[in-house]
Amino acid sequence: MSDPAPTPDTPTDADRDELRRQGILLTSMEELYNWGRSRSVWPLNFGLACCAIEMMAASMARFDIARFGSEVFRPSPRQADLIIISGTVTKKMAPQVVRLWNQMPEPKYCIAMGACAISGGPFKQGYNVLKGIDRYIPVDIYIPGCPPRPEALLHGLMQLQEKIRGQRLTGPTAPPHLQKDTTCDYPVPAFGAHDLEPPKNPALWQPPVLVRKEGA
Amino acid sequence: METPDQIRDRLLARFPGAAVAVVANPGPAAQHSLLLGVAHARAIAEFLRDAPGLRLDFCSNVTGIDWLDREVTDVATTTTPDPAGGPAKVVEQKTKRLVPGRLEVVYHLYSVELKHGPVILRLRTENRSDRVTVPSLTPVWRSCEFQEREVFDLYGVVFEGHPDLRRILMWDEFKDHPMRKDYVEPDDYEWEPTPHGDVLARAKRHYPATEAAPKEEPKP
Repeated sequence: MSDPAPTPDTPTDADRDELRRQGILLTSMEELYNWGRSRSVWPLNFGLACCAIEMMAASMARFDIARFGSEVFRPSPRQADLIIISGTVTKKMAPQVVRLWNQMPEPKYCIAMGACAISGGPFKQGYNVLKGIDRYIPVDIYIPGCPPRPEALLHGLMQLQEKIRGQRLTGPTAPPHLQKDTTCDYPVPAFGAHDLEPPKNPALWQPPVLVRKEGA
Repeated sequence: METPDQIRDRLLARFPGAAVAVVANPGPAAQHSLLLGVAHARAIAEFLRDAPGLRLDFCSNVTGIDWLDREVTDVATTTTPDPAGGPAKVVEQKTKRLVPGRLEVVYHLYSVELKHGPVILRLRTENRSDRVTVPSLTPVWRSCEFQEREVFDLYGVVFEGHPDLRRILMWDEFKDHPMRKDYVEPDDYEWEPTPHGDVLARAKRHYPATEAAPKEEPKP
């Protein structure tokens, strides 16, 4: 976590932490901005399958996602920062999911919750289930489980906050909304005669390069 | 409740000329079913719903079956007695015949009023390519509507007289019928963690073996 070109005059994060222990609060615009962003991640009020039940449980009093500033489930994608893909994405549903993602304003994040959203899960070999939502939209956090417990979702949210706090506001690693030639427009797959067209977004996802063992 | 044979006899008496046969189920469930010809199926269904003693007022389940073309071997045994008094000569003659494939729709009927059931109906299409029309029983039992749409979607059986015959699970642009036995699913498995069997064959198409192995020809 260091600037691309740190100068000797610029305090590093370690310096700031040291000063904070001494009672001197020294911050930067970037840190303040990310601190605010990471503690008010508003998810989209959107559930797909049984993982959504766990997501609801996480938002209720026992697990209380409000402790992390994410209790404001927004009914409109225009107001949401985070989409939690909570459940099986069927091929019939996938274009709508991508459309929702396109309608969310930057900065936006995506959590793939559960085995189905990650890879198709137990339905991977079905003809009608998308084999992972990362074929169409970029996923920031993967939460394994079938379904993941609410604690796992909260942990995933904390990891996302960690990720947001680590983002630099300038340079090539800046979040997309601060980059010049960024696009919010991810191609929405069309319903084809046999499958979705295209079956994946090649700019986002390529199959892993595997070498099969001989004889296997 | 009447047995399927009794129901068949009653139907044949009521509808002379109708094709009604009992398909026996040899398993322990012994749920024998009535095979109806498509010409009288609708009238017979109304009769089963309204006939006193049957009153099958509820269709709980509609499903489809896909039968591929298959070859059946019939064995005919002829016994010729030996004139010399020795053991009789037994000749087995095997004949192969082709049973053409077809699609079948199965209805499970119950009577809520008389608390009996199920009575199982079968309808068969002529083949599985172009003559796939059977009469819809939705006008008789409203609960068939979505299930017949599902059979239409997944098996491709066309129900004549259905009020709203559209695909219900897959999208409208979809062309295939996924529950048919010769359905070829889109090849979108990019990798498998533990390939074996058919999945291994697919894995071989998608990623090569180690350098030493001879190169596989990429399949189009």
